[in-house]
Amino acid sequence: MRVSMDIELKDIPGQLLLALRPVSEFKGNLISVVHHHEKRTPRGTIPVNVVFETKPDNLNSIISSLEDSDIGIARIDEKRYFEHGAVILIGHIVHTDIQDTIDTIDNTGYAEVVDLNLSMPKIKKPSSASLKIDAVSKEHLASAIELLKEIAKKKDLLVIEPIKSELGAV
Amino acid sequence: MKTIRLSIIGFGAVGQGVAKVILDKQVYLEKIGIDFKVVAIADSRTAVIDEDGVDLAAVISRKKTEGTVGSEKLTGLEIIETIDHELVVETTPTNIVTGGAGLGNMFMAFKHGRDLVTSNKGPLAMKYGELIAAAEASGSKFLFEATVGGAMPVLNLARDVLAGNKITNVEGIFNGTCNYILTRMMEEHAPYEQMLAEAQELGYAETDPTYDVEGIDTACKLVILANCVFGMNATHEDVTVTGITKITPEALMLAQNDGYVIKLIGEVNDSRINVAPKLVPIDHPLAVGGSLNVASMQTDLSGPITVTGRGAGSIETASAILSDMISIYRD
Ligand SMILES: NC(=O)c1ccc[n+]([C@@H]2O[C@H](COP(=O)([O-])OP(=O)(O)OC[C@H]3O[C@@H](n4cnc5c(N)ncnc54)[C@H](OP(=O)(O)O)[C@@H]3O)[C@@H](O)[C@H]2O)c1
Repeated sequence: MRVSMDIELKDIPGQLLLALRPVSEFKGNLISVVHHHEKRTPRGTIPVNVVFETKPDNLNSIISSLEDSDIGIARIDEKRYFEHGAVILIGHIVHTDIQDTIDTIDNTGYAEVVDLNLSMPKIKKPSSASLKIDAVSKEHLASAIELLKEIAKKKDLLVIEPIKSELGAV
Repeated sequence: MKTIRLSIIGFGAVGQGVAKVILDKQVYLEKIGIDFKVVAIADSRTAVIDEDGVDLAAVISRKKTEGTVGSEKLTGLEIIETIDHELVVETTPTNIVTGGAGLGNMFMAFKHGRDLVTSNKGPLAMKYGELIAAAEASGSKFLFEATVGGAMPVLNLARDVLAGNKITNVEGIFNGTCNYILTRMMEEHAPYEQMLAEAQELGYAETDPTYDVEGIDTACKLVILANCVFGMNATHEDVTVTGITKITPEALMLAQNDGYVIKLIGEVNDSRINVAPKLVPIDHPLAVGGSLNVASMQTDLSGPITVTGRGAGSIETASAILSDMISIYRD
């Protein structure tokens, strides 16, 4: 996931380094640092905006580590779902418990089914569905689709996924 | 002028196409200094042999009216073994279970040091490594552009034109029959069975369509690609395959509403060889309609390169064979 964080640094040397250390310590990937020297706060601190990628599990550790170093966090904005994907399912979708299929994706914590369109032509004939999946990153989208394919295999459903270059995995 | 004596083994749609393009391109071939002299032709039952060059127009017309190429009883294999010539054009039917007549023909050609150009996928999808080794051992030239995309250049593009690039992924549509059926299902909102029947009526699909619609034909082409371009030693058993028979018109509609078309996509990279129906964005270069084929290669230096063209047809496939023939003998 990608996190945008506004922090406040005391105007003494070494503060920025102190603030960025937890990000790398917990294997986060720093994307940008914007120093607002000109916008000193009434408290005399300097506002800095930091954007980084991290595993969702590590965000809390990063936050507490910052708090331990006495760095003020003014705002955290986590944009969780960055990637959007679509898949089509064909087969006995409802009979094989569509809710369970969706729950399995939603329970991953990194992807979510955000839209479902179902088309059932005739009783006993296979139906078709389009699923929209949002995920934290391209890799997570790809694993959500892999997971969906595993479930579909057990339920004898056909999964039609986007071409590889569309999934950006090339 | 360099004279190349050749045999055409298999005289159906493609074999006859080869005879026609050799006739049609006489002037051009003369200009580049190559005289392709056909000294023998075989179909499944008969043969015609003439050291001074077979009269191609006469054989084409005889095949049409009498169903045979000649009155000699020599088999294709015997021609390759006993008649003196430089090049075998192998266009017998594809068989991926036994390799068909083609497999023996190819080994025989290499045993006698003859060069070989073919459109026959079966032997290559079964025994690629052994065939290449046999050709190398005897110093025979061995080209098979027509096996992968008909007129659409894929193998030669990867090997010659894109030389120096590392190709990391190939994705594409390699079966015109499937593309035709899926395109028509979407246009007419019609079920698979109905559009298969239409394709059969128009001659786009065989009476037994299994080989095409179950993705086996695409799988064989991918195996050849994987071996030739990615240096693998795969057979068609290494390919995971899903065909198009379960696709519904509703699925095509839902996909369309989301901005996609559904195509039978073949994919090769270092980690897998896969055939499956996939979602292709409507504005993507792979979203070609009708019975067209298309291939997109990811390269390290040039980025994506996409080619599209006719994947089958008598003259189209013969054009790929002619191009291989010329590239062997042009200085
Ligand atoms: N058609 C295309 O658009 C296309 C495209 C790409 C690749 N290919 C491949 O090219 C090859 C030829 O295709 P095609 O469409 O021309 O097939 P085709 O029309 O069925 O012709 C096959 C020819 O091979 C002959 N034959 C069969 N067994 C033989 C044997 N043991 N010895 C000598 N000749 C034999 C047949 O003889 P009879 O005439 O006596 O039956 C026929 O003339 C196949 O491997 C196919 O997969 C075709």
